Amino acid sequence: MELKGRKVIALGERDGVPGTAIADLVKTAGADVVLTLTQCYV
Amino acid sequence: MKYPVVKAVTLVLAHVPHFARYGSKPLREIPRDEQALGQIESALRSFDQARDYAPHQVYIGNMRPEALAAIEKPWYAHTKTSDRFGPHGEIIPEDEFYGLMAIADQFDLFRLEKEFAARVRERLSEHPLIKPEELKPLDKGLPLEQIETMIGQGALPLFVNGGTLVGAMRSGHDEDDTLTANVLLENLACKASGAWAMRHLTNERHGVDISQVDYVLGCGEEGVGDRYQRAGGAMGKAMAEFAGFSEASGSDVKAFCAAPIHATVTGASYVQSGLYRNIVVAGGGSLAKLGMKFRGHVKHQMPILEDVLGAVAIVIGPDDGKNPVIRLDGVGIHRVKHSSSPPAMMQALVVEPLERMGHRMTDVDKFALELHNAEITEPAGSGDVALTNYKTLAGIAVMRKEIVRDEMDAFVRERGMPGYSPTQGHIAAAVPFLGHARDRMLNGEMQRAMFVGKGSLFLGRMTNLSDGMSFVVEPNGG
Repeated sequence: MELKGRKVIALGERDGVPGTAIADLVKTAGADVVLTLTQCYV
Repeated sequence: MKYPVVKAVTLVLAHVPHFARYGSKPLREIPRDEQALGQIESALRSFDQARDYAPHQVYIGNMRPEALAAIEKPWYAHTKTSDRFGPHGEIIPEDEFYGLMAIADQFDLFRLEKEFAARVRERLSEHPLIKPEELKPLDKGLPLEQIETMIGQGALPLFVNGGTLVGAMRSGHDEDDTLTANVLLENLACKASGAWAMRHLTNERHGVDISQVDYVLGCGEEGVGDRYQRAGGAMGKAMAEFAGFSEASGSDVKAFCAAPIHATVTGASYVQSGLYRNIVVAGGGSLAKLGMKFRGHVKHQMPILEDVLGAVAIVIGPDDGKNPVIRLDGVGIHRVKHSSSPPAMMQALVVEPLERMGHRMTDVDKFALELHNAEITEPAGSGDVALTNYKTLAGIAVMRKEIVRDEMDAFVRERGMPGYSPTQGHIAAAVPFLGHARDRMLNGEMQRAMFVGKGSLFLGRMTNLSDGMSFVVEPNGG
């Protein structure tokens, strides 16, 4: 998927991939991160 | 070098199925789904079912965690008659716990119906840890009509036995959002359960001398306060009072689910410094977490398994040449600079402190990580948290060439354990195993255990950071 210029919500999970890590990743691909959240589902 | 020791550990469950409706998730779902309350109420467990549930028997010390592997799943359908008391604590029935809450309430907000209060008084009078003079508040039961009037004015109804009305919880202030009936019910349940775990420290098995305890650190999930200071805290001191620790002062350590680990390290440091003779770390149960995954349980036609409040109390004192030591030179810290990814957290909390101590991962007999009972989490799609964390740990051991890839399963099986803790957050964070570890070390069965807790700081919207802390416990070298 081409992420350059796309707006992204980075939703992560505590025991998996944190939202901040997803945000950092997609930023390097040129995405515009509009919201970063990590959730805890337990 | 001498280190502080773990002198006693108690673990208590309060079975409160009729509080499930007041958990945060059910409280939000019930008003917008007319079937939700009925679904919850029809799937509640009896006290016998909760008492005989194998993970609960592990929690209070009547079974070892490893024994769960031999019990057919689902565990809730394969129970056998068991004792409500165990070497680490007890499972309290709902009616008796209501009695404890009424006694713990100094503001006449938690009110019981007269005949019910009298029955509870009689039952509690047989409990070995309660004194007759403490039962006086149960003489203040109200006529049912008065309870109904209170409910008509906004109080929360209290039920037992599938829907029998036996009391009401009033708010503490008409205009303060932090003193609503729901908030105070949550705080009172935390106080009563945490203090009851502390009370167990004084039983025949543990025999803790309360006159020697100087400080109590609360580590629960509640937020005690008022509108001008929402989580003002000091539940530690409130629990100390109810538990009878009159020589102690107290305050709280707040760090989301990692709080018991932070509190244990903080308390051990107080003792090591000589500031206090003995301290207690105590965490009461979280009412807000009850019924959190009820949708998943209903969908899979299971009982509502989040129906217990989990509490813990730990006594830490100076080296006595006997009890297991907390190695303060081996504390794992998750620093601000550290990543929040699970492997990076394990590196900071497990590998780094072990290397500092000159140990390998395989020098640890048991890792107590997040001990959530998978039977509760998997039906809601949250996976097996304990297993996931152990696999991460085993993967790191492979990368460090401490084991080979084919040994990962054995590493998980031998150095981990099945999750058995109620999903209370702070309680699932490693500390339920501390009682088992202490027993094994005193019996000469274990050389080293590591306790690792994680906290989801990002949930509070003040930072995107995660948190965690760890400590190592070893037998006393004399």
